[in-house]
Amino acid sequence: MASAAAAPAYKGTTETSKDNIVEVRNISKTYGTDIHALDAINLAFPTGQMTTLLGPSGCGKTTLLKIIAGLLEPSDGQVFVHGRPVTGPGPERAFVFQDFALLPWATVLRNVGFGLELTKHPKSEREEKARHYINEVGLAGFEDKYPHELSGGMRQRVGLARAMAVDADVLLMDEPFSAVDEQTRRKFQEDLLHLLSVERKTVIFVTHSIEEAVYVSDQIVLLSPRPGRIHATIRPDISRDISPDDIRRNKTYLDTVEEIWTDLRKYLD
Amino acid sequence: MSIYGFRIPPVFSLLIWIAIWEVAGQLELAFILPPFSAVLAQLVILVQRADFQAAALLTFQSFAIGMAIAILLGVVIGFLMGTNKIANSVLGMWVNIFASAPLSSLVPVLMLLFGLGQTTIVVTVVLFSTWIIALDTYAGVRHISPSLSEMGRCFGASRWQLISKVLFWAALPEILAGIRMGLIRAVKGIVIGQLLVSVVALGRLFRTFSDNFQFEEFWALTIILFIFALVFSSAIGWLEHKVEYYASTRA
Repeated sequence: MASAAAAPAYKGTTETSKDNIVEVRNISKTYGTDIHALDAINLAFPTGQMTTLLGPSGCGKTTLLKIIAGLLEPSDGQVFVHGRPVTGPGPERAFVFQDFALLPWATVLRNVGFGLELTKHPKSEREEKARHYINEVGLAGFEDKYPHELSGGMRQRVGLARAMAVDADVLLMDEPFSAVDEQTRRKFQEDLLHLLSVERKTVIFVTHSIEEAVYVSDQIVLLSPRPGRIHATIRPDISRDISPDDIRRNKTYLDTVEEIWTDLRKYLD
Repeated sequence: MSIYGFRIPPVFSLLIWIAIWEVAGQLELAFILPPFSAVLAQLVILVQRADFQAAALLTFQSFAIGMAIAILLGVVIGFLMGTNKIANSVLGMWVNIFASAPLSSLVPVLMLLFGLGQTTIVVTVVLFSTWIIALDTYAGVRHISPSLSEMGRCFGASRWQLISKVLFWAALPEILAGIRMGLIRAVKGIVIGQLLVSVVALGRLFRTFSDNFQFEEFWALTIILFIFALVFSSAIGWLEHKVEYYASTRA
């Protein structure tokens, strides 16, 4: 945290006064006897904000996200959502997968409505909702296409629409853009920010891209590898009112990217 | 295959063999080999005979019942093995043994156990095809990307929903491949089994024809069985092709 305090681009590092929708308390995860993936992680995720878990590969960021999702059990500690301890997946959390995890045999419409299908919503209602979010992510006209007929970027839009359609408060995104090419990725980031400003979701976002983290986040959690520990928490002081292109040219944006890079590069050797 | 740059369709080689057969038959080289044209003529007569139709119907019925049981059993066993470690260690060994064992040697035993009727045919089909279906289903279930079942769990799927709405469809290409292999094995089993049993249905006809040196009838019956196996196998192949597009897109 010391490095964070010294950096001019970083704002306050702890904000406990905010209403936190997700809280991670003292989470540790070990695989077998010798692989220590996460070590005593304490984190708070403010309601309605976008928090990024950033770090080099092997720092346990995806493990942490899956623990929050209820897909993995921690070896120690607890996760609280709305103040209640997590024992498994729940309807207030929706997941966006790195490899999209779409049903290849189902149309875009059915894929987007799949969460609602599992919770037994009537067909008319889930299709109406699905159509709404297909529209929102910019896939109108592709309702009856199959995933293999779509590009990588479009497939992830389907994954995003599916997560939106179940109306969860928290969106968990596991490197959602890593399987998408660079141009699509940028457009996707912009669309995501726009969509989130409309939908008011809390997002927990895992990435290994520093630029992406600084561009999309309200709060960035830097994790150090083996065992995964919180290295620093950063709140980039960038106004969200300026245009995407201006953000990418913004001095604070560039400085923050640079400082995180200097900070993380020592783990690469 | 191509000769001097001309593409020869695969059917052509079949025609050559038929021509050789016809010539050899006409020359009366061996009494077990009548000319193809005579076999063909006999085939037309055979399919109109009442005893053939009754035998074929019985065999077909038993075959269909046996396949239905084998598919159900094989898919359930494959799913158990693929989703449950304990089931895999308990069942895995036996399934592998049965899939590779020389099962035709068991047919006389089945005959003793189940008598000389339809039951024996059904059990033979089940015994010959269940294991390969189970193994292929198991491979299919193991092949499913973990994120697909994580996705199901995340969006609130119950255990049954996960299997019926996600895992079954994701493993379907392998299941169909297994069914096709099982089908071919079952036809083999029925031919071998019925030749051994040779007292029920088509098997009895086979035996009668060969015992009485009616080789035209014998070959006609063989050809009918070949066509039967081919039609079934291509029907499953067509189904497999229908789901192939997503087999290749599963990452």
